[in-house]
Amino acid sequence: MSHRLAQGGRLIDRSATVRFTFNGKHYSGFAGDTLAAGLLANDQTLLGRSFKYHRPRGVVASGAEEPNALVGLGKGDRFEPNQRATTTELFEGLVAESQNHWPSLEFDLLALNSLVPQFLTAGFYYKTFIQPRAFWKHVYEPIIRRSAGLGKAPSAKTRDPDRYEQIYAFCDVLIIGGGIAGLQAALTAAQAGVQVMLWEQAANWGGRAPVDGVFIDGKPADEWIKKTVETLEKMQNVRMRLRCMGAGIHDHGYVLGYERITDHTPESDAPRHRLWRLRAGQIITATGAIERPLSFAGNDVPGVMLASAMRDYLVNHAIAAGKNVVVVTNNDDAYRTAIALRKAGIGIPAVVDARTEVEGALVEEARRLGIRILAGKGIRKVIGHKQVKGVEICRIDSKGTAYTEKFDCDAVAMSGGWSPVVHLWSHCGGKLIWDDSRSFFRPDADRPPLGLDGSAFVLACGTANGDMGAVLAGAHQTSLAIARTHQPTASAPAPASDSVSDEAPMEPVWIMPRNAEYDLRMKMWLDFQNDVKVADVQLAAREGYQSVEHTKRYTTLGMATDQGKLSNINGLAVLSDALGQPVPVTGTTTFRPPYTPISLGAIAAEARGALFQHLRQTPLHDWHAANHAEWEPVGQWRRPYTYRNPGETRQQAVNREVKAARENVALLDASTLGKILVTGPDAGKFLDMLYTNMMSTLAPGKCRYGLMCNENGFLMDDGVVARIDAQSFLVHTTSGGADHVHAWMEDWLQCEWWDWKVHTVNLTEQFAQIAVVGPKARSLLERLGGMDLGKEALPFMEWRAGQLGGIDTRVFRISFSGELSFEIAVPASKGRAFWDRLLEEGRDLGVMPYGTEALHILRAEKGFIMIGDETDGTVIPQDLGLSWAISKKKSDFLGKRGMERVAMTDPLRWKLVGLETLDGSVLPHGALAVCSGKNANGQVRTEGRVTSTYFSETLGRGIAMGLVERGPERLGEELLFAGAGNTRIKVRIVDPVVYDKEGARQNV
Amino acid sequence: MLLLTCPCCGITAEETEFSPGGEAHLKRYGPGSTDDEYEAYMFQRKNPRGVHFERWRHSYGCGKWFLAARDTVTLEVFGTYPAQTTEPPADIVARIKLKRPEWEGYR
Amino acid sequence: MSEHTTSVANGRRFTGFVSIREQQHQGMITLRGDLHSDIVSKAIFEITGCAVPAQRCVERADTCAVAWMSPDELLIFCPYSSVANKEARLSRAVAEEFATVVNVSDARAVFDISGPAWRDALAKLCPVDFVALTEGEIRRTRAAQVAAAIWVSGPEDVRLVCFRSVSGYVFDLLCTAAAPGSEPALYG
Repeated sequence: MSHRLAQGGRLIDRSATVRFTFNGKHYSGFAGDTLAAGLLANDQTLLGRSFKYHRPRGVVASGAEEPNALVGLGKGDRFEPNQRATTTELFEGLVAESQNHWPSLEFDLLALNSLVPQFLTAGFYYKTFIQPRAFWKHVYEPIIRRSAGLGKAPSAKTRDPDRYEQIYAFCDVLIIGGGIAGLQAALTAAQAGVQVMLWEQAANWGGRAPVDGVFIDGKPADEWIKKTVETLEKMQNVRMRLRCMGAGIHDHGYVLGYERITDHTPESDAPRHRLWRLRAGQIITATGAIERPLSFAGNDVPGVMLASAMRDYLVNHAIAAGKNVVVVTNNDDAYRTAIALRKAGIGIPAVVDARTEVEGALVEEARRLGIRILAGKGIRKVIGHKQVKGVEICRIDSKGTAYTEKFDCDAVAMSGGWSPVVHLWSHCGGKLIWDDSRSFFRPDADRPPLGLDGSAFVLACGTANGDMGAVLAGAHQTSLAIARTHQPTASAPAPASDSVSDEAPMEPVWIMPRNAEYDLRMKMWLDFQNDVKVADVQLAAREGYQSVEHTKRYTTLGMATDQGKLSNINGLAVLSDALGQPVPVTGTTTFRPPYTPISLGAIAAEARGALFQHLRQTPLHDWHAANHAEWEPVGQWRRPYTYRNPGETRQQAVNREVKAARENVALLDASTLGKILVTGPDAGKFLDMLYTNMMSTLAPGKCRYGLMCNENGFLMDDGVVARIDAQSFLVHTTSGGADHVHAWMEDWLQCEWWDWKVHTVNLTEQFAQIAVVGPKARSLLERLGGMDLGKEALPFMEWRAGQLGGIDTRVFRISFSGELSFEIAVPASKGRAFWDRLLEEGRDLGVMPYGTEALHILRAEKGFIMIGDETDGTVIPQDLGLSWAISKKKSDFLGKRGMERVAMTDPLRWKLVGLETLDGSVLPHGALAVCSGKNANGQVRTEGRVTSTYFSETLGRGIAMGLVERGPERLGEELLFAGAGNTRIKVRIVDPVVYDKEGARQNV
Repeated sequence: MLLLTCPCCGITAEETEFSPGGEAHLKRYGPGSTDDEYEAYMFQRKNPRGVHFERWRHSYGCGKWFLAARDTVTLEVFGTYPAQTTEPPADIVARIKLKRPEWEGYR
Repeated sequence: MSEHTTSVANGRRFTGFVSIREQQHQGMITLRGDLHSDIVSKAIFEITGCAVPAQRCVERADTCAVAWMSPDELLIFCPYSSVANKEARLSRAVAEEFATVVNVSDARAVFDISGPAWRDALAKLCPVDFVALTEGEIRRTRAAQVAAAIWVSGPEDVRLVCFRSVSGYVFDLLCTAAAPGSEPALYG
């Protein structure tokens, strides 16, 4: 049984008991434990059920590579599924639950899947659920979702109460990994004088060295680690973070780091996670190595662990994984586990070593301790279901038909050799090289990731580089070389010397025993989390899968949340064997960021709730909000759609606003309208190029409506240009188009006509702009006093500067409603005062504000187009009856050449018309006019579509505009528009202007 | 994510502070041009595996457009230069030739 | 109501691990033109007391400051009440030049951010290496999703200029970044 020893444990504080619960049961551990350690200390070795077969699973590893020990952590708003028990630090009150079992962890009905192991082999879903198609959604999917899966998603009602943030940081050298190689690299770089950042994903510095018995300058590694950390902490040019994982390395030295600030102290008011967005000149990956499992039957039974993990729990937490532990290995390192366990008083029935010749210092030490060593042997199978009860032994080269010997034991320590953690090296294009003698991929220093200047920007050191012995000298050399790219004369004191006992060569064993029968291969797990076995990969190979990337997707090998940290090499070695080719020919799958999953909270950071995106507010925003505005998004702006008084429906509110504008006077907040100052000796010439019509001839004091097209000739923006003086124009754009039009202007001025003397200044936000609209508009404004706004003093399509009610204004006599209308610009700071004044002065005139919907109806009644409704990026001005606004005198303007193309002059183009339903109803938005016959794709032919459609309070019926094939030639004709379902709506083609065609009302 | 140095204000900033503008050194063909010329100007874009010249705007910075010479595979940046040029400057061409001897040259 | 409701943030304040205050009534004038021209530099000096700043720098004198915004653009800070006068005088002084002078006071919002850890707060929002930004310099960048200019106005003071319409967003951003307990201790 798994238990805590009376002494030892370098990371735990026995004076600090920490209480927690797992599946409702109370446990206690010590400060310094992980959740996995806390559970193992209490002999809770069964932690969950596997993905497909619902097999019992326990802890395999001791760090980020853990595939099995995933739990649901926390409760309520703080519940999170799929959290690794091995990297979750224990804290008082922690609540965890196991996953993927039904009905309970101890008794799982779906474990029946496991009794028929042929049932869910590679490609099972593809093969079984392909027919009938009708079953996909409602039969197969629910079954698969119930049976396969890990943690459950948090309830949609929960809201994460924690804070998250991101931070931008910069350094010369980033070192990822705070083991002894990383610490030495940091020390060297720091002493050489460059700016250093050092990240360690765990809660402690030093990595594996103390557990592996490394000596530095003749003393146990812990002393050197402590001293080095203290030295680094005192240095001004060093920043160090624990619990900060290098998540991904990206182009040009961009690195994402995932700092878990309060996961272990949830009551803290600090942000929970911080995502580092760091730019490093160079990066050193000192990310260590991960031990590989061995593939023998039953290698997934709780109690079977990586030998290194078992040693971690023993040395760091004083936990023995069993009373009797069989060690199985193909290398010397596992002997360290056997020796450490034996010295702690644990029974070691045998070390089962796949190698036929077993010699060396570690082996000798094991023998001296009386440990029996079985050379040339392997585990045939593990006995036990929810817990290891024993192992059967066979010859390594046999088929495993029968066992040669049997041991009782309650735990198995396995070691299949080590793999450098090359993920971060590989993220940005670093290539790998296969080391045949040690059977692993390591970074190929000749093919590193290349940075901004074309030189290497990532280097690896320590075991991450495949340096499995002494590492400090290598880390020092690497780091010094990098520091010298920043400061050529940089130097640093020589490193201490580190040593570890010598090891004899390992011998690759991808299947144990090597010629295992099918029954055994069916029970050899490669990918524990996704339940992929040796037999699955071999089946995939037989079915023709040759690419490792395809095999991965077919079998799901390495596709779980652990991204195959344990299974990767074993899986592709099995595939290589099945394909009869060496491992490097098969190659690896792609290593993609993040290294381990990071929280969505950290990715979103501050961008949630009110800060999800920036909303632009006009100077009148608060007034609108306080007066029942319903909002409409226009670009990033929020504009009032309508002001809905208590008791009104939305349509009633809109109708009331339309009526006010037509009969009395109404106000529109038009502040969002783009206002760009275009000025300079060549301003007129420039606007002549930008607009389809002539602007240079406009006289100061006058306004002109204009169209802007892109080089395709497609209509892009429209608005009124006011000439300020000889050299200056004020260009009004659409609300959504202001930034784009300004950028468009700067593009042409900077990149094409850079010798033209024109300045642009975007003054959109400098002014509040208020449209005063309706027959009583002039009366209202005259009450403010200060300017003559009479018909002669300020005719239609002119503007004047002056004071109204003591406020500096520009009054533009322009109309987008067809009514008498003044658009008045005042400094933004005066906008609210001016607005309040208008409402006050106009109370007896029935003045009221109107929103964007009333604006739309007013303009649609007049047949005025709206960019984005009548245009969609494929419409030219000629389609909209706007040929009058296209200059025939100008030799050039943007879009002129585009309009000359054959397709643009096609007589069959859809063109703007008014649409009138015969029954007076309102046409659906975007409805299509259908006609007889089918098009080339076999679809019903169409001959037009609705672009704007409203209920007109003025006319008492629906009005609409649309684009119809040869529309203007077909006035009076009837069309059929598609309505809801298969209904057809009869529509007559009419003139788009349905109100005051002659324009008398705006011209008073 | 790229780092680019704006030649107009001297700031080296990350890609999020810039806006891309497509291929550099296009010649505008307006009214009077043939269909082929117009098509090439509007739609025919280079898409090389390797050395490429691009337009960028320092949109969150000084607002100026500039041009960049970049390798589309390795993302190495050979240099940036003002937009008011009709072809790549000689020093940048020389630098590219040194680093990419196989490069066939601009155009 | 206030006569000068310039911005959405409306003069709000917040004290976290740095303090944030919206600076209302800040006069601002944009000048576009040839910054190397004698006429421009003479006009700037006469009307603001400042020299034309070097690239990405800010010059100060008395109640005015002049910031380099781009190779052909300056932003002049002056008392709100003096904007009309200064705008008119500047316009006249550069009339012979191809130059543009415009009042943008109401189009911008200004935040004062004070405290020794201002870099730590802004590092959460701006992709900028603040070690490389020294007193008297201005950096145009973004704060989360919007454009911002950051002027290091003193040893422990910076000013952030943004568009008026998003000043409510920016204020909330700054408060979040400066929330007590979230000190990243990056710049130290």
